[in-house]
Amino acid sequence: MTPRTLFEKIWQAHEVVAETAETPAVLYVDLHLVHEVTTPQAFAELESRGLPVRRPDRTLGTLDHSTPTDAAELLGRIPIRDASAAAQVAALERNARAHGIELLGLGDGRRGIVHVIGPELGRTQPGMTIVCGDSHTSTHGAFGTLAFGIGTTEVGHVLATQCLLQRKPRCLAVTIGGRLQAGVGSKDLVLAIVGRLGVGGGTGHVIEYRGEGIRALSMEERMTVCNMSIEAGARAGMIAPDATTFAYLQGRPGAPAGEDWEHAVERWQALPGDAGAAFDGEVSLDAAAVEPMISYGTNPGMVTAVGGSIPEAGDAAFMKALRYMGFEPGERLAGKRVDLVFIGSCTNSRLSDLQAAAAVLRGRKLARGVRMLVVPGSQQVKRAAEAEGLDRVFLAAGAEWRESGCSMCIGMNGDVAASGQYVVSTSNRNFEGRQGAGSRTLLAGPATAAAAAVTGRVTDPRELAA
Amino acid sequence: MDVTATTPIRTIRARTVVLAADDVDTDQIIPARFLTTTRRDGFGDALFADWRFDGEGQPRPGFALNDPQTRGAGVLVAGRNFGCGSSREHAAWALRDYGFRAVVAGSFADIFRNNALKNGLLPVAVPGDALAWLTAHPGVEVTIDLEATTLAAPGLAPAPFPVEPFARYRLLNGIDELGYLLSRSGAIDAYERSRGA
Ligand code: SF4
Repeated sequence: MTPRTLFEKIWQAHEVVAETAETPAVLYVDLHLVHEVTTPQAFAELESRGLPVRRPDRTLGTLDHSTPTDAAELLGRIPIRDASAAAQVAALERNARAHGIELLGLGDGRRGIVHVIGPELGRTQPGMTIVCGDSHTSTHGAFGTLAFGIGTTEVGHVLATQCLLQRKPRCLAVTIGGRLQAGVGSKDLVLAIVGRLGVGGGTGHVIEYRGEGIRALSMEERMTVCNMSIEAGARAGMIAPDATTFAYLQGRPGAPAGEDWEHAVERWQALPGDAGAAFDGEVSLDAAAVEPMISYGTNPGMVTAVGGSIPEAGDAAFMKALRYMGFEPGERLAGKRVDLVFIGSCTNSRLSDLQAAAAVLRGRKLARGVRMLVVPGSQQVKRAAEAEGLDRVFLAAGAEWRESGCSMCIGMNGDVAASGQYVVSTSNRNFEGRQGAGSRTLLAGPATAAAAAVTGRVTDPRELAA
Repeated sequence: MDVTATTPIRTIRARTVVLAADDVDTDQIIPARFLTTTRRDGFGDALFADWRFDGEGQPRPGFALNDPQTRGAGVLVAGRNFGCGSSREHAAWALRDYGFRAVVAGSFADIFRNNALKNGLLPVAVPGDALAWLTAHPGVEVTIDLEATTLAAPGLAPAPFPVEPFARYRLLNGIDELGYLLSRSGAIDAYERSRGA
């Protein structure tokens, strides 16, 4: 048999109908994650056609995108201030009830950002196909799944048929040799990868990340890497499951238990690509050479080392981006003014991210005039962080400690920066106005973001290490 | 406005408006603050909101869509990697609602391309020389022929563009995609049985 990649194995196992020259494959979806922003129109479509949800048991809902991160609103002590957001929340509550879909509602202790809760609850498992009306569904690929974002019409297709019409993408190997240096995190690694590939470099492809530099990462770090695959244009990123994956999943509520667990692990061990399996392309990068990274422009491919400089010259788009950011070609990033720091998003809001930020903030205060929001990825992450006293570290430094949600990653719930403000953010997108009209985002890892909060300037976090 | 994908599309003949920019992301096409809605229409007014309007809601002079001459243009011409970023289908809805029937670009982001094709908005990726010509000739009337999969204009030889064959067949014949998927229910049943799913 021809050697197959991880991607090919999962793809073939989910072909209900194989693709032909004339028709795409009918691809089966194991897990469909739904949230309040990209589903109301899909449910309305089903309703107008009188269709049921085919597999409510394969559908899991959460409230995260337009949901407040303010405890009083969230826990119902006061109504949600934004009436249209409240209507979206109510619509998903109603649709979930009507169709028998499990929804982790506003008061649910398991609620959180859709890409944080899937893995955390053990619902994300190797070998699965996972989709969601959200482009960062690529996060789940860290478990050796084929996971990708879809539009609202496709959400309707999956609700009605548990399937999607798909053309088989190509597969790009991104091989990471070496290991990250101390003080450098997986966000730095993925920013370096996106910088290398460019924002369109992965279009039409699924990326498989592999090599020593990937194997050495924890599951949370792997999720950060796969999360940003879409920023290079790839719909999905994947990492072959291994002992690290199994150790993370064992004992989680959604994971198989007992004898089922043994069988599952056996199946999962067959998933990694066969020796000699061919990719459509390969890019290599040395993890040991990666420095703490930061973005300086208006797309996630415009990145440099925190200690580095903006390129000397570029095309019209480059100049337009710098004008928006208020930067000059050739300038150094270190020392740039920072107004706001955001620790959160499906890229960097897990416990290890909060630990990395807290390690920098412990015993320190925010620089004068700097505002800092810390938004855990889920209510479970929030409780775990509080159990370790991280909330007290953040609060003592002068930061805000919020309920979980997407918050300032997308700025839909009122958590936004003012026009012209500089935000060092652990999220994944620095597009113009992403964090509020006119806001300027510098993407970085949690340690770099925390260092900026302390100094009020772009700072290499290693300078603050005790 | 009718945004169903079940209205057949054969040819699109319309004037262009040029937005000479690469990597136009969906946050620019429709900023997130307009997504707190449960409807799929009415997004046209918010299309490119932060490029079209200043902080006071006044039109920004110099932005192509604010030029009265571009009013009624049905084809948007942009650069490479159009529609990158978020999966929000609202981007395709907003372009349709504003009145665009096709976007011509050097290339498209995958999810945007899918979303566009599902909403009767044709993503037309043309070769570099044709794109350069179109960028240099704003306002020209183009003819996009989905049957022949070519784009032509007076002074521009027909340029080929790729369309996924099923999407082309579906658009030409007004086939409803969900209806097609539902017609495969037998195969889906069999698949679920075979996997004990
Ligand atoms: S945290 Fe940001 S990127 Fe992640 S799902 Fe929410 S809005 Fe999307």
